[in-house]
Amino acid sequence: MDEFTTWDILRNLLLAARWTVLLSLVSFIGGGLVGAALLFARIGEGRIGPAFVKTYVELFQGTPLLMQLFLAFFGLGLFGIDVPAWLAAGVALILWSAAFLTEIWRGCVESVARGQWEASSSLGMGYLQQMRHVILPQALRIAVPPTVGFSVQVVKGTALTSIIGFVELSKAGTIVTNATFEPFTVYGFVALIYFCLCWPLSKSSQILERKLNVAHRNH
Amino acid sequence: MNYAFDYGWLFVYWPVLVKGIGITLELTLVGGVLGVALGIACAWARALGPGWLRPVVATYVELIRNTPFLIQLFFIFFGLPALGVRMGELEAANLAMVINLGAYGCEIIRAGIQATPNGQFEAGASLGMSRLQTFWHVVLIPALQRIWPALSSQIVIVMLGSAAVSQIAAEDLTFAANFIQSRTFRAFEAYFVATAIYLALAIALRQALRGLGWTLFPKRTAR
Repeated sequence: MDEFTTWDILRNLLLAARWTVLLSLVSFIGGGLVGAALLFARIGEGRIGPAFVKTYVELFQGTPLLMQLFLAFFGLGLFGIDVPAWLAAGVALILWSAAFLTEIWRGCVESVARGQWEASSSLGMGYLQQMRHVILPQALRIAVPPTVGFSVQVVKGTALTSIIGFVELSKAGTIVTNATFEPFTVYGFVALIYFCLCWPLSKSSQILERKLNVAHRNH
Repeated sequence: MNYAFDYGWLFVYWPVLVKGIGITLELTLVGGVLGVALGIACAWARALGPGWLRPVVATYVELIRNTPFLIQLFFIFFGLPALGVRMGELEAANLAMVINLGAYGCEIIRAGIQATPNGQFEAGASLGMSRLQTFWHVVLIPALQRIWPALSSQIVIVMLGSAAVSQIAAEDLTFAANFIQSRTFRAFEAYFVATAIYLALAIALRQALRGLGWTLFPKRTAR
């Protein structure tokens, strides 16, 4: 039997961490795009759009991400497609991130004072113009810290994709453990790598919150 | 799509689901109560505790909040036995949930404590109370009341996150769904039913926590 050095363990985990990073980026960006589309439906006029998005958010926030991954994995399979784990993981994480991001951003848009809408409509602006020139520039400023904060949830969420067989950092941890019989060291390293990915994001979210939160500074 | 959905297995396997629901609820109850207790203790330590304790708690909170629950679970269940700490899958699952909720709860409750007007601490001191007494009798309940909605959401998140404990063979609702799909090959249907049950549990738990909030914090007018 080959001996595994600590460096062997760490090197293999770091190689697998690339997939965690890639999947996080895809989920976050994809989720952001879908979330933005949902946001417009949610705060727009009309009945069906907001009701649909409300239900969507309720469904994705009220069920475990793990179940969503399973349903994406086996659900896509029902259409006769041979579903690779990365596809199911990507689809589920994008839809899941979208639900949370759209809800975060809705809060930001709604925190822009009502009078701003009224003022801009009194200037004869249409809905899109109001959004483009008045609401979004203010809402975006408020949205940056919680959005960065949510990216931490995305990185941590990718760990669950190991369960449907996507080989990223967590799955690599299990594989390396099975080869080395050193769960303490291996999972310790896995946790450390996740920490190194997530902590800078958490920290910058906090710093941004302090920097950008001008409106609430004098609380 | 020519796939015929089949839920006939429900008639045979419903007891498995019921057992799984029971364990998920049990884990949530124990994890919720102990986790909130740990959260209160840590929030006290971080906001008002002795100087040497603050960085310790801060490190714990940052470590937990920046690593996935699944890895915390694996570390406790597979990693700790290397140090001679052995436990069953349910104990490990519970411990992981308590530690996880403790860290998030700490930050939430701390926000509630820090929103306490300084005059309340001074009033407590003027009545001859120690800092700990002031915290316990004066500060804590209004602080909890302030952040109860956020804490409730976090408890629901922990309940949903507990789906991962099936990975260390704790026989919760997800484990039941895994078991059923391995017997019936009705994977989509099994997970669909489990997902629907989780949704119902989440909605029920949210309502229960709201009710608990009303009982714990009957309307206070003074603010």
